[in-house]
Amino acid sequence: MLRGLWKLTWLEIKIFMREPLGVLGSVGIPVLIFVVFGRILGTQAERVSSDVPRAISVDLPILASLLITASTVLSLVAIIAIYREGGILRRLRATPLRPYTILTAHVLVKLLFTAITLGIMLLVGRRYYSVDAGVPLVSFTLALLFSTVSLLSLGFLVASLVPTARFAQPIGTLILYPMLGVSGLFMPVASLPPMLQVVARALPLTYAVSLLRGIWHGEGWFAHAGDVAVLAGMFLAFTALSTKVFRWE
Amino acid sequence: MTGQPVVHVSSVRKTYGRTVAVDEVSFDVHAGEIFGLIGPNGAGKTTTMECVNGLRAPDRGLISVLGLEPRRDVYALQERIGVQLQAAQFQKRVKVREAVGLWASLYRKPVDGDRLIDQLGLSDKRDAWFMTLSGGQKQRLFIALALINDPELVFLDELTTGLDPQARRAIWDLVRGIRQRGKTVFLTTHLMEEAERLCDRVAIIDRGRIIDLGTPAELVHRHCPERTVILVTEEPNAAERFRAIPLVQSVSAEGPQLTIRGLRGDLVAQVIQCLADHRIGVVDFRTEAPTLEDVFLKLTGHMIRD
Repeated sequence: MLRGLWKLTWLEIKIFMREPLGVLGSVGIPVLIFVVFGRILGTQAERVSSDVPRAISVDLPILASLLITASTVLSLVAIIAIYREGGILRRLRATPLRPYTILTAHVLVKLLFTAITLGIMLLVGRRYYSVDAGVPLVSFTLALLFSTVSLLSLGFLVASLVPTARFAQPIGTLILYPMLGVSGLFMPVASLPPMLQVVARALPLTYAVSLLRGIWHGEGWFAHAGDVAVLAGMFLAFTALSTKVFRWE
Repeated sequence: MTGQPVVHVSSVRKTYGRTVAVDEVSFDVHAGEIFGLIGPNGAGKTTTMECVNGLRAPDRGLISVLGLEPRRDVYALQERIGVQLQAAQFQKRVKVREAVGLWASLYRKPVDGDRLIDQLGLSDKRDAWFMTLSGGQKQRLFIALALINDPELVFLDELTTGLDPQARRAIWDLVRGIRQRGKTVFLTTHLMEEAERLCDRVAIIDRGRIIDLGTPAELVHRHCPERTVILVTEEPNAAERFRAIPLVQSVSAEGPQLTIRGLRGDLVAQVIQCLADHRIGVVDFRTEAPTLEDVFLKLTGHMIRD
């Protein structure tokens, strides 16, 4: 029963658009970072040897994509915390709206804005990077949305556990950015110290990076079935766990 | 009162950890009445109400609402009840009309949302954001949301807390209007004046237990039957005359002002009779009757805490 899902989703989109700062934060900032990085690395790339720009042009889209994902997850954690603290969740719960309808609506809104941000980035990115015609953009977008959903479930778990809205953002940040550090994006997971390798393998972002990089390279979904399976498994596990510990008020 | 009670609660108990929030609570709510659960904050009003409307599960006891079992049939029940929650909030930037529209989409047989907005006096706030509404307007919106599915039973939890007296009175009229449309209202309040003016019957709850239940007048009569007449007279031996009335318990004088205390309502009639019989001229005359507040004080031994 998803009665009210579209209405609620549409309402949440409108409410989100009415907060200019929020739109700027979740759409504008990742694009801005992307452009700044592009400028710095783009001009450097022309000067140094021909191997370097290739490495950069491969990783930057993935870093940028993950920045979108990170801001998506953070804003979900924040909004759930704010809604809970403000008694909005409680109010919604006393209606025929099912709990998962409310969460699904928020995920849809977040995914929509993730896709929009990615689209803008691709448009802006053309100025700095000649995106290879062989890059499967549709598959890449799907892979990014899939990774985002998986990471959002981790966001649910954090949102379920943080006591107040004020803690939501910093705790989310504390979890997300170190995760980005060991995800294999900046250095291969195999080159990390053994302890960190164990940590990296337990975190969804590592698999997201592997999947996104592979798809960008044109390796195809089958080559990354393992990543997809792990991300799907983590999604199921985190969702199941967060429905157990979720507090509505 | 005909037929089955709309709400039947029997020996309900609810604990949070070691704290017993509600203990052995039993009462019925009848069709078409405004029933009030009254008591100080923390007495167990909200917990009781949320057990009845299905938001919480009691540890023990039996609850039946419109013939349904609230926890098991929560979704069936939600189609037939309207709920306003204590200190509820909404997304800051949602418009009145959008909130009503969303609510209307959630129920099978919603009433006309625009008409409801008009009826609750929110016509010119239709396109206003929630965050810009006054406390009274917010509460009226929440009442509108509670009425969107044309419910048979409406739950109102601390509806007027934090409102100024004017907004409070406007809300009272709205609640009476809900009863007039044949619906049953179950409300909680810690304002004794609100209970006295609005409720057909009240249950007084303190520390998780129901102390007594009845119409406000019954409760006052049962627990605080004393009446007081205060009058100002120049007549020197008036006090003696009043002391002779059998119902009078005490007469105290403070200059020309006499305070006459006694039992039962006909004390006042007898004092007036005495004034007439002895041609005692009075400059001022007023009576004081106990209120629910006095009943509460007497029954619990403490003041309502805000």
